[in-house]
Formats: sequence, C-alpha cells, structure tokens
Amino acid sequence: MVQNIIDVKDLSKSFDISSKEPGLKGTIKHFFRRQTKSLKVIKNISFEIKEGEIVGFLGANGAGKTTILKILCGLIYPSEGSILVSGYQPYRRKENFLKNITLIMGQKQQLIWDLPPIESFYLNAAIYDIDKIEAKRRIKKLSDMLEIDDELFIPVRKLSLGQRMKSELLAALIHQPNILFLDEPTLGLDINAQRNLRKFLKKYNKETNATICLTSHYMKDITSLCKRVICVHNGSISYDGKLELLLKKLTPVKEILIVCRSEEDAVKLKNSGFTVKNKINNEITIKVENNSITSSLKTILNNFDIEDLYINEPPIDEIIGKILIKKEYVI
Amino acid sequence: MKLRKYLIVYKKFLHTSLASELEYKTNIFVDLITAILSLIGSIFLLSIFFQNNVRIGGWEFEQALIIQGIYTILNGITNTWFNPNLKEIVKHIREGTLDFVLLKPIDSQFFISFKNITPSGLLEIMLGCCLLLYCIKINQINLNFIFLTLCLITIICSICILYSLWFFISTTTIWFVKTWNATEVLRSLLYIGRFPLNSFSFSLRIFFSVFIPIAFITTIPSEVFLGLSQLWKILLEVLVAIVFLFSSRKFWLFALKFYSSASS
Repeated sequence: MVQNIIDVKDLSKSFDISSKEPGLKGTIKHFFRRQTKSLKVIKNISFEIKEGEIVGFLGANGAGKTTILKILCGLIYPSEGSILVSGYQPYRRKENFLKNITLIMGQKQQLIWDLPPIESFYLNAAIYDIDKIEAKRRIKKLSDMLEIDDELFIPVRKLSLGQRMKSELLAALIHQPNILFLDEPTLGLDINAQRNLRKFLKKYNKETNATICLTSHYMKDITSLCKRVICVHNGSISYDGKLELLLKKLTPVKEILIVCRSEEDAVKLKNSGFTVKNKINNEITIKVENNSITSSLKTILNNFDIEDLYINEPPIDEIIGKILIKKEYVI
Repeated sequence: MKLRKYLIVYKKFLHTSLASELEYKTNIFVDLITAILSLIGSIFLLSIFFQNNVRIGGWEFEQALIIQGIYTILNGITNTWFNPNLKEIVKHIREGTLDFVLLKPIDSQFFISFKNITPSGLLEIMLGCCLLLYCIKINQINLNFIFLTLCLITIICSICILYSLWFFISTTTIWFVKTWNATEVLRSLLYIGRFPLNSFSFSLRIFFSVFIPIAFITTIPSEVFLGLSQLWKILLEVLVAIVFLFSSRKFWLFALKFYSSASS
C-alpha cells in the first residue's frame, strides 16, 4: 500500500495585513497610525498526498496556493492545524527533512548571477554533504535528462530564461529530493521550453518516484502532469480529486460540428430532436451530453448523409477559469 | 563532522564570491584606490585635529594613530565581510530569496553572514596592520606574548560586537522590510570610533559605551596597545561581545518565526 507522504489536517494561516487609503492624507495617516487587520488566508484545509503522486494546486491569484506550498516546505509557520511532510513537521526545518525536499520558484532564482551554473551546483553539493565525485555523476545524469551541456559553463546572466530554468532545476535536484514543490515553474518560458520541462518532470517522477506538488497558471502543465488536482478558492479547498472527473463535472456537454452533403440534410437534422447551437448553410453544430455521444453519432451517421464531423472539446483554460473566478462554480 | 562541512562550504563561498568579484576587474581597482585614499584622508583629518593641540582627550597624535589603525582594520573587515553579506539580508527578505537559504540544510545565519566576500577590503585590513606596526615602532611598544594575546582578544571582541550590531539591525528587516538607512547610520557611527572615547563629553561617552558600544570597538583595543587598559575593561569588552553575539543569534531565530516570505 502506498504511504501518505504529506498529511495536512485543519490547516489555517492568518497574516496581519495593513491597508492604506489613497492620496497624501492616506499616506500620512498610514505612516503614523498603521491600521492592520488579521486576514485568514488559509481556512481549515485538510488533504493527504501519497508518495509518487503529482498533484496540481489550482486557484486564482491570491487564492492561497503558494502559501500552502510554503507552509508544506516549512517556510511559513502555520497558525493552526497539523502538518506532516515525510514524517516531519516542516516548520521545524530539521536537516533530514530539508535534505528530502526542494522548492523551485519560476519567478525567483538561486543561481549565482555572475558565474556559470556549474559553480552553484558544486556549492549546493557541498551544502548537502555530497562529495565531488558523486556531485559530478549527478550533474552529468541530470544535465543529460535536461538536455543541457555547454550552458553549464556560461555565466547565468548570459543564459536564456529557458536555459536558466533548466539550470535552476538541476541546482534544486542535485540532492535527489523525494518531494518537489514547484511554484509556477514554467512562468515566462516559451512553448518548447515549457514542453521540455514537463517532459523532464514526468521522467523524473517515473524514475525516482518523487512526489510533486505543483502550482501553475498554464493549464497544459496541469493536464499533462497531474492526475489529481486540488482547487483552492479564497483559502479553502473547493475540489480535491481526479482532474478528469473535474472536467467531466464542469463540461457535461460536448459540441459536435456536422457538415452535411446538402443543406436539405442539415434542415432535416435540425428538426430531428437534437439540441442545436447554430446552423450555417450545410453546417450544423449540436450539443450532446457526454454519456450519449456514441449513440448520438450512430444515429446521425445512419440516418443522414454526412460529409464530415468534428467533436469539439471546450478549451480547458476556459473550464478551469470558471472555477477559479466564480464562486458559484465551487463544487 | 559538522565543522568539516562548514569549512568545505566556506571554502566554496570564498571561491564563488572571489570568482564573481573577478568578473569585474575595474571595480576591484577602483575599490583598491578608494581604500588607499580613504586611509590617507583619515590620517590627514586626524593631523588637522592635532595641529593646535598636543593632546586630545589625553591622547597624543602618535597614540591616536593606533585607534586609526584599529579602525582601518575593522573598516576593512566591514567592507570584506559585513557589507557584502549583511546588506544582502535586506534584499533577501524584500525579494523573498531568503526562502532558498532557509530551505538549505545549513545554518541560515552562517549562510547569510559568510556567503560573499569583497577582496578589496582585504587591502584595508593590510593597511591597518601596517599602520599598527608603524605605531608600535613610534610609540616604542614592547611586543610580548601577553600583549599580543590581549590585542587579539580585544580586536576579535570588537569584530563580534560590530557584527552583532549590524546583524541585529538587518534582522529587523523581517518586520520593517526596509532598513537600509539603519545600517548606514551604524556605519556613520562607526566613524566616531576613530577618535578616543575620552575626547567626548561625559554624556556622549555613556551613550557610545552603553547604548551603542562603538567606543568598545576601537578605544579598548587601542588602550591595550598602549598598555593603558585595565583588566576590568578588557573583561567587560569580552562580556559585551558574548552578550551581543548570543543576543543577535537568539534574535535571528526569534525573528524567523515571523518571516512570511515575499509574495510570488
């Protein structure tokens, strides 16, 4: 049986936030008498993650995803609740715990700016008690997986964003962590760099059985990596389960575009009882429920003279966008 | 085992920060010239003060040069280690890159205090040492084991006090986010350390001894050099150094509980 590697129960986190009125008067008032209020950014959340799982955290900006990741890796003290990550309480930041995890942030970097990445790798190796020969072996293995070579010897400031991100990954994985926390790792990368990064993470997970917790605003990252997603809405979990199931729940209907041989057939089809979205000349778009797609297609192909047909999957960004911004989509 | 690890890591720190500095050759030369000119300027200023007075606060010019020598060494240490590292704390906290430091299996205070080095400050340390050797000669100071040990102890204590003060101020960034100015004020106050404590009024002497112990930093080691210091003063400096180091450590660990990391 696969063990839980992350166990979170009734976790809450509050921050003291100060607010300022606009204008000079507000600024002066803010300077002398700062109004602060306690804001609960994480509200009694509970979840478990099994070893080797890749879980995507979805949510709008400010929903609390990054705060959850930072609490899980021990950077932020929780206000309430209990958390166990790999058997440790993360906020204690014990040495063995830290050797087990890594955090990669798409918008922040740990590489030494003026030096080639290889220097940062060896520095990290020394910090993680890895001897030079072993470090060299790991660098070789990871650089092969990441398909980087000459870039290791070029100063970081001269690397492209994609090359830099690969190097960041290598620096963060040199100690072979069991748990990876990735906060928008593909941020700002071009399509190819994003794809390569996803390919690498998939391979890394398969080879090492590492657990990956990921936040991303690029839906492609989530759909190609995560079977399970946790949706965070205003600090609470609005959905925790299979991504496939979530998509099915949110899109119970698919659209089929049918190109008939004649307009006469299109009219016949329009009047045959299907829910029609629109009809332009001999092209007609109908809406069909997911569970009756096969039977509907059978009926259409048997009874009408069809030239072509397309089943349109609604864009995933649109679907996920719905649960991120509108409260009424909370499941 | 732990000590060995920390030595290996420090060796790496030295290597990487020297390599980073050497990327910018001109900057190093400018820093070196600045260090030499700064020392010449300080001695010139001191000589102006002594032009019409044989003694200031009971100190002659040749004796006051010892304070200048110790100040130059401490300033060199500040420029070599404290400035490039402790100034970064503010940046780490503001930009949230302290996250990477805290997630490493190494003491965070060690990491942020020793990661960088500015080699040009080493020249200041050497210049300060040369000035001290010259002062030993002109003040006809007898060198012996006890003298050298006491000098070393008081200078190390001075370094610890200065480090703790700076580190303490930088740590407050966790709450106040921006404290560049406070560290600049500390640096300015350090200039006061170039003059003998006795040259100030009683109230200022109390202020610079009790509230901001700048006076301890240069005056007591200088008195040891001249054989004027009393044992209680040396012991007091050792005690102040221990209390400051211990407090700054505790304060850092306490402050980390309030670290909320920068938003992404």
